[in-house]
Amino acid sequence: MATRTDRQAGAARAGAGGRLFGWLDDRFNISPLIEFMRHKTVPVHRHTVWYYMGGVSLFLFLVQIASGILLVLYYKPDEANAYESVRFITTKVSFGWLIRSVHSWSANLMVFFVFVHMFSTFFTRAYKRPRELTWVTGFLMLAMVMGFGFTGYLLPWNELAFFATKVGTDIAGVVPFIGNAVKVLLRGGDDVTGATLTRFFAIHIALLPAIFTAILAVHLIFVQRQGMHEPDYVQKLPPEKKSLMPFFPNFLLRDTLLWLMVLNLLLALAVFFPWELGTKADPFSSAPQGIRPEWYFMFMFQTLKLIPAHVLFMDGEVLGIMAFMVAGLAWMLVPFWEAKRRPGGRARPITIIGVLAIVYMLAMTIWGYLV
Amino acid sequence: MKLNRRDFTRILLGGGLLGWLGSALYPVVSYLKPPKIPEGNVQSVKAGMVADFAVNTAQIVKFGRKPVILLREDNGEFKAFSATCTHLECIVQYRGDLKQIWCACHNGLYDLHGRNVSGPPPRPLDEYAVNVVNDEILVSRMA
Amino acid sequence: MRTQPGCRVFMVSCLAVTMLALSLAARLAMAGDTQAEPDASAAQEAVDNCVACHTENDMLPAGHLDADVHMQPGLSCAGCHGGDPTSDDQEIAMSKAKGFRGVPERRDIPAFCARCHSDIEFMRRYQPRIQTDQLSQYLTSVHGHKLAQGDQKVAECASCHTSHAILPASDTRSSVHALNVPGTCGKCHGDADYMASYGIPTDQFDKFKMSVHGVALLENQDTGAPACNDCHGNHGATPPGTTSIGQVCGHCHVNNMQYFSDSRMGHAFTERGFHGCEECHGNHDIHKTSDQMVGTGDKAVCMKCHKAGDKGYVSAGQIYEHLTGLASVYAQAENAKQEVERIGMDDVEIGFLLQESHQSLIQARTLVHTFDPDRVKEKTDEGTGKARSALEAAAAQVKDFHVRRRGFGMATLFTTVLVLALFLWIRQMEAK
Repeated sequence: MATRTDRQAGAARAGAGGRLFGWLDDRFNISPLIEFMRHKTVPVHRHTVWYYMGGVSLFLFLVQIASGILLVLYYKPDEANAYESVRFITTKVSFGWLIRSVHSWSANLMVFFVFVHMFSTFFTRAYKRPRELTWVTGFLMLAMVMGFGFTGYLLPWNELAFFATKVGTDIAGVVPFIGNAVKVLLRGGDDVTGATLTRFFAIHIALLPAIFTAILAVHLIFVQRQGMHEPDYVQKLPPEKKSLMPFFPNFLLRDTLLWLMVLNLLLALAVFFPWELGTKADPFSSAPQGIRPEWYFMFMFQTLKLIPAHVLFMDGEVLGIMAFMVAGLAWMLVPFWEAKRRPGGRARPITIIGVLAIVYMLAMTIWGYLV
Repeated sequence: MKLNRRDFTRILLGGGLLGWLGSALYPVVSYLKPPKIPEGNVQSVKAGMVADFAVNTAQIVKFGRKPVILLREDNGEFKAFSATCTHLECIVQYRGDLKQIWCACHNGLYDLHGRNVSGPPPRPLDEYAVNVVNDEILVSRMA
Repeated sequence: MRTQPGCRVFMVSCLAVTMLALSLAARLAMAGDTQAEPDASAAQEAVDNCVACHTENDMLPAGHLDADVHMQPGLSCAGCHGGDPTSDDQEIAMSKAKGFRGVPERRDIPAFCARCHSDIEFMRRYQPRIQTDQLSQYLTSVHGHKLAQGDQKVAECASCHTSHAILPASDTRSSVHALNVPGTCGKCHGDADYMASYGIPTDQFDKFKMSVHGVALLENQDTGAPACNDCHGNHGATPPGTTSIGQVCGHCHVNNMQYFSDSRMGHAFTERGFHGCEECHGNHDIHKTSDQMVGTGDKAVCMKCHKAGDKGYVSAGQIYEHLTGLASVYAQAENAKQEVERIGMDDVEIGFLLQESHQSLIQARTLVHTFDPDRVKEKTDEGTGKARSALEAAAAQVKDFHVRRRGFGMATLFTTVLVLALFLWIRQMEAK
């Protein structure tokens, strides 16, 4: 039940806003919630900048929803019409070129910022108790974002996308036991066809958004409930030495500022580096030179290319994929197996592992493009 | 009137917000209005009123990116075919005297079923469906 | 001893089964017997001793094909050479008494084939629609005349159709299929040593291969393009006469022929006995035409007869100007369209206008055969109009492209103002 002081504080808000608040509070008792939010603070220290990365990822997701909904008003998800409908959007629909390029660029930026967000929480060890599940839900979302990228890439039905999907689903099919079933499930058949397109479309605009939104909500609730993680050196400070900023309105306003700049960046990219249409996919033509997955899959793709065809008793590709799956699982479970204490001032093993991971991914990605 | 900093910031904020909202909403609202031709892959095209089309004549109609020859036979029936000759892609024409479709480039002839009956063309012309709805001629792809 | 009822039933059943089994066995045995005997008479009818014997002795004629058009309906060797294929005794099978005719001399081959092929009563049993005038046509041809005079080198039926691998012209393996005709004619006509005594060129096949028709026929497999027989005829093969060249070319190139025969030049050509289309375009080495062929330049065919300053010279120059004018505007418009496509703007309307302009260009080039600069100009003006519209449309798209950048600039301006305002507000708030 709202206390008198809460109510009074609420009613003290002038005008229509206050009356609306009163009306809602009467029915839903939101005053305690508002009070809780009012007192939220964000630690200020030299790593505060990384706190914004999650918000930017969220912003980009919202941009994707908005631009995606606009695109789906004109896009046709069947083999005969997909390519032409995208061409229609980019040439005939007013500002269609803008919405489409924003959607494509925002997808790439979102993957980038999600990785940055993930690594920044990793290196500040924000995944430690009590935030293990925040990390796990975050990792699940990272995987889904890459799934968004993979399914969305096929939708314009151009040559590169068609063959990239073929190669990608072929790789998925290599997993032992369940691989073929997964491949057929993804493709809607044995080959990449119009059925694949329809299926990917459904996954991209319905299945993934639903699951992602649910997990995102949980992730955000965790963050709001637990507050921001403080790096070790900040935790050791006495309370009066800690610098804090209120979440409302300071942090939020700063967030808005950053979001505005990111939006402008997106517009700049859309105008000066518009996304290509490509040539329409022809399932009967042979694969063009240089099929590549999108950049965020490149490190895996390049790794698979480097593994020899047979390693001991295992097929090289299978080994590679299993290795990545094990690595992914280990990464997701980091909060549970990472050593609790580490004496001395030397770098923790986990930090070294993280740095190695980044170096590996960067190196493989660059290598993939050089070849 | 001297503006203090607070007021200046407020005005800047209000004006900036309005301007920004306008520049953000204008493209979105514009996008929502459908273009004149509402679809990418053209499924059907309007080709004028029946009354304006004389018997035993033909017109070239634009069907998306492809030219289509729409002709009216002596008995008033409409027929439509791809207007691109299957030999070397010249645009065909209707010959009222021969009652056949003729390609001027190498004297190819097609009958009124689109079949290549004389000359170099190796294949018939693709047929399009013609329907008359409320006295308006509608050319569309064959089902 | 009295038997039990069950025992009785059992014994009767055993008996019945045994009898059934025996009768079945007997039936099977009898059937087996009848099957064991081969049907000797039927087997004997199927044997063609000509083929059988010649095959056995490895004496089949060179190039013999089972798919040969005479082998297929069962006419076989005896159908042409006579004799009795049912006898396996060579003395009987190949005896004159049985009608054996042996291998004919070259000069007798046309008559040899015409024995059947000029007889419609006979031929219609095998192919109701077939022509039977091949021999009479052949006798009118150069080959026919020379053969009658005793020249054994000229082509007779077997030279083109082969003797034992004859296939219908519609069959792609046939020596007289459209795609193979140039090679078949070229076997003699391209052999300089063989043709030395006749004093005619032997470079026709080489020239034809490089020509527009040769490339279309031999490289692109376009059977709409003419092979040797389409212009020269089949059995009555003769090069088209000077007055009929236009008709031959005009069979496909209708408009060109009509314009030409109605024109001043057409009449002049006929009067002077010039060779029509061939004068300017050649015969076997007809190359893809270019605008350079018309006009007063060094590649222009007009200059073969016309001199600087005469009426033809002036007309030629004007026609050239009109054509090249349209061609250059068209090329500009094409480049503009490609640019529009490259920057990702809408090029559909531009494409249509270009198509229409190109049609006008093709028609203008055909109108050259009227040799009337005004008629050519009428068409090139039409085409230029379309090409210019295409250029305008392309320019509009490029302009739009830049408008986007300006729009972006405006949006950035508003964003910057808002960002600045927010920044100031935050600062002010935190200064307190």
